[in-house]
Amino acid sequence: MDKFTSMKKFHQAKWNEPIIYELSEAGQRATLLPSACCDCIDTAEALSTLPKNMIRKGSANLPEIAQLQLVRHYNHLAQENLGVDSNIDIGQGTCTMKYNPKVNDRLAGSPKVADMHPLQPDETAQGILEVFYKTGELFKEIAGLDVFSMQPGSGSHGVLALASIVRAYWRDKGEEEKRDEIITTLFSHPADAAVPIVKGYKVTIIQPDADGYPDIEAFKAALSDRTAAIFFTNPEDTGIFNVRIKEFTKLAHEKGVVCCYDQANANGLLGITRTVEADFDMSFFNLHKTFGAPHGCGGPGSGLVAAKKEFRPYMPTPLVEYSPEKGYYLDFDMPKSCGKIKSFWGVAPVVVKSYAWIMALGAEGLKEVSRVAILNNNYAMKKILAIRGASMSFPNHPSRIEQVRYSWEQLKADTGFGTSDVQRCIPDYGTHYWSSHEPFVIPEPFTIEPSESYSKSDIDAYCAVLKDISRLCYEDPEHVKHAPYNSTVQHIDHDYFDDPGKYAITWRVYTKKYKGYFEPR
Amino acid sequence: MRLPGAYTPKNIKVTSNPDKRRIGFLVNPVAGMGGKVALKGTDGEDTLRRALELGAEPQAEARAERALDEFRDEAKDAVFLTAGGQMGADLLEKNGLTYEVVLEVGKKTTFADTQEAVKRMLDAGAQSIVFAGGDGTARNVCEVAGDKIPVVGIPAGVKIHSGVYANRPAEAGMLVKEMLQGKVRRYREAEVMDIDEEAFRGGIVSAKLYGYMRVPDNRRFMQDRKSGSSRKDAYETDAIAAWVTENMQAGALYLIGSGSTTKAVMDRMELRSTLLGVDAVSDKKLLARDMNEQEILALMEKYPQSKRNLIITVIGGQGHIFGRGNQQLSPKVLMLIPKENITIIAAPSKMTELFGKSLISDTGDSALDKKFIGYMPVVTGFGRKIMARVA
Amino acid sequence: MKKKVYPYIPNSEPEVQKEMLRFIGVDSIDDLISDIPEEVRMKGEMKLPEPFEAEADLFRHVNGILNKNKTAEELRCFLGAGCYNRYVPAVVDEVVGRSEFLTAYAGEPYEDHGRFQALFEYQSMMAELLDYDVCNVPNYDGAQAAGTALRMATRIAKRDEVLIPKNINPDMLKSIKTYLEPDVKVTYVDYGKNSGRICMDSLREKLTDKVAAVLVMNPNFFGVIEEHAQEIADLAHAKGALMVALVEPSTLGVLTPPSRYGADMACGDIQPLGIHMNYGGGVAGFIAMNDDHERIEEYPSRLFGIAPTDGGEWGFGDVLWERTSFANRDGAKEFVGTHSALWGIAAGVYLAAMGPQGMKDLGEAVLQRQVCLRKMLSGIKGLCVDKFSGTPFEEFVVDFSGSGKSVSEINKKLLEKGILGGYDMSKAFPELGQCALFCVTEKTTASDMKALAEALTEILG
Repeated sequence: MDKFTSMKKFHQAKWNEPIIYELSEAGQRATLLPSACCDCIDTAEALSTLPKNMIRKGSANLPEIAQLQLVRHYNHLAQENLGVDSNIDIGQGTCTMKYNPKVNDRLAGSPKVADMHPLQPDETAQGILEVFYKTGELFKEIAGLDVFSMQPGSGSHGVLALASIVRAYWRDKGEEEKRDEIITTLFSHPADAAVPIVKGYKVTIIQPDADGYPDIEAFKAALSDRTAAIFFTNPEDTGIFNVRIKEFTKLAHEKGVVCCYDQANANGLLGITRTVEADFDMSFFNLHKTFGAPHGCGGPGSGLVAAKKEFRPYMPTPLVEYSPEKGYYLDFDMPKSCGKIKSFWGVAPVVVKSYAWIMALGAEGLKEVSRVAILNNNYAMKKILAIRGASMSFPNHPSRIEQVRYSWEQLKADTGFGTSDVQRCIPDYGTHYWSSHEPFVIPEPFTIEPSESYSKSDIDAYCAVLKDISRLCYEDPEHVKHAPYNSTVQHIDHDYFDDPGKYAITWRVYTKKYKGYFEPR
Repeated sequence: MRLPGAYTPKNIKVTSNPDKRRIGFLVNPVAGMGGKVALKGTDGEDTLRRALELGAEPQAEARAERALDEFRDEAKDAVFLTAGGQMGADLLEKNGLTYEVVLEVGKKTTFADTQEAVKRMLDAGAQSIVFAGGDGTARNVCEVAGDKIPVVGIPAGVKIHSGVYANRPAEAGMLVKEMLQGKVRRYREAEVMDIDEEAFRGGIVSAKLYGYMRVPDNRRFMQDRKSGSSRKDAYETDAIAAWVTENMQAGALYLIGSGSTTKAVMDRMELRSTLLGVDAVSDKKLLARDMNEQEILALMEKYPQSKRNLIITVIGGQGHIFGRGNQQLSPKVLMLIPKENITIIAAPSKMTELFGKSLISDTGDSALDKKFIGYMPVVTGFGRKIMARVA
Repeated sequence: MKKKVYPYIPNSEPEVQKEMLRFIGVDSIDDLISDIPEEVRMKGEMKLPEPFEAEADLFRHVNGILNKNKTAEELRCFLGAGCYNRYVPAVVDEVVGRSEFLTAYAGEPYEDHGRFQALFEYQSMMAELLDYDVCNVPNYDGAQAAGTALRMATRIAKRDEVLIPKNINPDMLKSIKTYLEPDVKVTYVDYGKNSGRICMDSLREKLTDKVAAVLVMNPNFFGVIEEHAQEIADLAHAKGALMVALVEPSTLGVLTPPSRYGADMACGDIQPLGIHMNYGGGVAGFIAMNDDHERIEEYPSRLFGIAPTDGGEWGFGDVLWERTSFANRDGAKEFVGTHSALWGIAAGVYLAAMGPQGMKDLGEAVLQRQVCLRKMLSGIKGLCVDKFSGTPFEEFVVDFSGSGKSVSEINKKLLEKGILGGYDMSKAFPELGQCALFCVTEKTTASDMKALAEALTEILG
């Protein structure tokens, strides 16, 4: 049976798993706690030291469940979830879903990482500090820049760090008040527009020209001595590499503007073109995307910030440094720092995983990652464009980097079914697809990013799924209307998410509002 | 199938739980007839007669039927409220749908029939109106229905400048289908625009904003789980208004209008405004409402050039910033306001609709229009601008 | 030379590459990137160290580096200060290690039903622990949660100033400022020199009708319980301000939950609920409040809700997805990104494993150890465990000022004896002299405490 045929016969686990509170049975325990450490003080005496009003009356209404029953519950929930390890996860474009090597999980899960307290003296943390430091050293080559912070917990957090650094930089130059604008592009990641606003910036968005490149004339018109920084994603979320990128940075630098490169989409660029070649001052990379660390259902990830050395004083504090005398250490002596982005020093297990991932591949391997990501993408593109009803944005580009934003505009016009309908159908094949984020200027969009982890037959099977769904839209609308059929749950009533009288964000609220199965109280 | 019982307003009870499946359905049978014979619309009886003499054929019904194809299956248990004969009843009968006739009409239909039919549909408890026509038809519907109930426009006229129309008849049909399926959770305001046909036939484009009607917001409910930033228009418009009002300078004059986005700015300051006119504000106090060109010019004299500001929005599907719906802002007026003091505001969805197009300045003074050619920022959110090309 | 084939890159195999290129209609991968101009191309190759291509070699290399760490497990750990050396039950590691969770991201409620349910349950259990109706899907950390809660308060109260007490975690405060600056004005409230609690006089003085919210950390950074929290809430409410409680959730099996002393919102970090310290990488934040639609609209975070399905199953999805009324005032000055969902699942498993009795037992075990350790240290010359009169819970301040030695010296000597001494407060709180913050957990043993007492006696003697 080929992959597509087996996917057609897929049925997801369906346990009808109760809410954990429904599994609760009085008196059950899943784990026991240590008792008093010694006889010098007993618990009652210890409790008597507390102010009476601060002792909790009654206990928290948590479920009571024995260990097997607890493990079974969560195993059921896990089986009712798809991850990269379970499916051909190329439908979540812009997110760079790739294989996360198991050996890296083993390394990062070791007690040598897990049981480290962040405030331990540096001399006891030489191993983890070395990993942070050496990861930075690797990025000297990967980005071509000089100093690094792994404090941010995601890409958006990386943007927050960059915006904070920009603000600290202009404060130091005495132009914080004047430089209050940031320029980004329409097809940069939405965070590049949204996050600088958190740091008090006004944001100006450059639209693409007819070829899908950011309109350089609009950029010239937007650029002024009020511009603090530019935040450009490249390649953009269309998968188009902005070939004039250096003209943009040149124009910006002529006005003294700081250039920030969103390298969240770097999976097709490793060893080919870097932050330094495009002449950006700073950039960030998503370790949980490009560099092999898992997404964990939505974090924690890591947004590595890279900068030219002139921006070192403004980086988040502390930075990891090395000297022969002190060994590896956290440098807090940064009076001009932008402050902190996150508690402590960053998501250490994610950094360990990315370090191991890079060290397994080396320079040649990283380049192969990008070359194959590009190959996979252009291969998938040719297949997808042959599907009835599918098209791509800015079709006059001969090839794309690592992803493509496609459109079901024709499918919608022909059949009435659009991208959200395709999204509803695809769980029936044991895979997943995402209808893209803003800007919604491309009608009925979808974004496919077949990273280097996927084999030719994976891509063939996924494209066959899309083709099959398209066929159903044209030939069997009744079927499409009621999909999914083989998923864990059937159609979910969305009214229960928008109506304040109906929604329940916790079991407590559910039991206040309803009894039985959604019978209003 | 026609339901028995003639229209008598008195026996209609408006219940507290209105039946969502009572739908007004109206075809302007003469819409679109002028186009093929280059008459630029069929408003006015003389023009229509000329159109017929020139060999124009009715096409509104065919277009309406194309839309009907999309929602016929969903409409089996709906009751349509319609006008007789070619204004709707014929088509519904032919397609086997259930309807009540609220207005009998003769062979020759006029705009008065449209207005009367809409009025009676409302009286008969219509929860939405589907109509086929052009800008003139939309105007007539709007004059009676306003923004009371949602509408879907099936484009069948020569002039389609109004945002109440779907792009194609089939798409209008899909919208109706989604309404019938209860999938439409959100509505937005769309412009009703019309061009003065007399002037248009004479080669002068003079479009006017006549009002707004509510249409289904068919941008699909796409949960953007990654960036979490898709928003409702109303929120966006409010955010724009917040930004604009927070950045107003003390002692300066602000001319604001026309349109629903600029009205939000007035609402934000809790000032009574005119939806279709230009109002004046200084220090968040209302100076004048719905001014004409002369009044604007007189008011501007009291302020030095640098203190004269203008807040406008993008009007119409073509992306006009001047020359559509804001003729008060004449070349004379615009000449006296520095370009950098002109703030264009627009909901992001508007800019999305216009994606790939340039904004248009059509003041009637080509030298002045040239002044605006190039790039101008459009405020689309709180602290957020898009650089838009003006051609 | 034969082309390398990589285990993580199936299509690195040369024959399959050829086949794919043929299908695309180009001769080489280079043809696919021909539009990247020469001027931005990298010249030459990256100069990275030679890779460890064999998994065994890679493991040895990375593990060799990590082995240079001395963990809190290998030492006797008395560090807390925002990160707690709790025992993590094996079931927690088992669940979050399952690759269906670990490698998933942002699937829809149909194919990622399990993630939605696990996080809905997390929200439900957190709400119960905190005694509120609503809790969010985790954000980055407690500091972001506090910053966000305060921003929410400014929108709810329609004011721009917040009060933050000086007895707050200094590391957190740095990030909180990142989230508040430059729009929200921060005014600091003093702590009582003797009690260590928020100074009520200072609070009354700073609490004007311009203040949107008062933040109360409870127990505060000094480990002291803010026992007058209700009074603070009353004062805040009288001025039309909100009270936001920053709490350590694992204390709430024993301590009164914030809703019961008038807090309008609670926030904090879930690391102590079954997440390994991970050198500070185990942090994740929560914000909780009651079921008040107007206020819920101010959440910038994701909230999962429960809904019926056509098949009669429990269904889930995002509640009020387009909830962005903060556009009204604050200009959407917040964002949702990839936060810390996996830690939310972990904390959910932890709370379910602990149950009501477990959380009570945990709190009691910790409290008993604190009282015990304080007693053991109290007789030692050169230190003072009664720096503050306020009641501690799991952490307490030890003042070494009388010893003539600095905390840093003392900690160095403790480390020689295999002990991680308390957090050195002298940099963040110079006014306190040479003080350290000591912490116990349920893992702290009598032998750990004895070792500490003996070591300190020796060092200070």
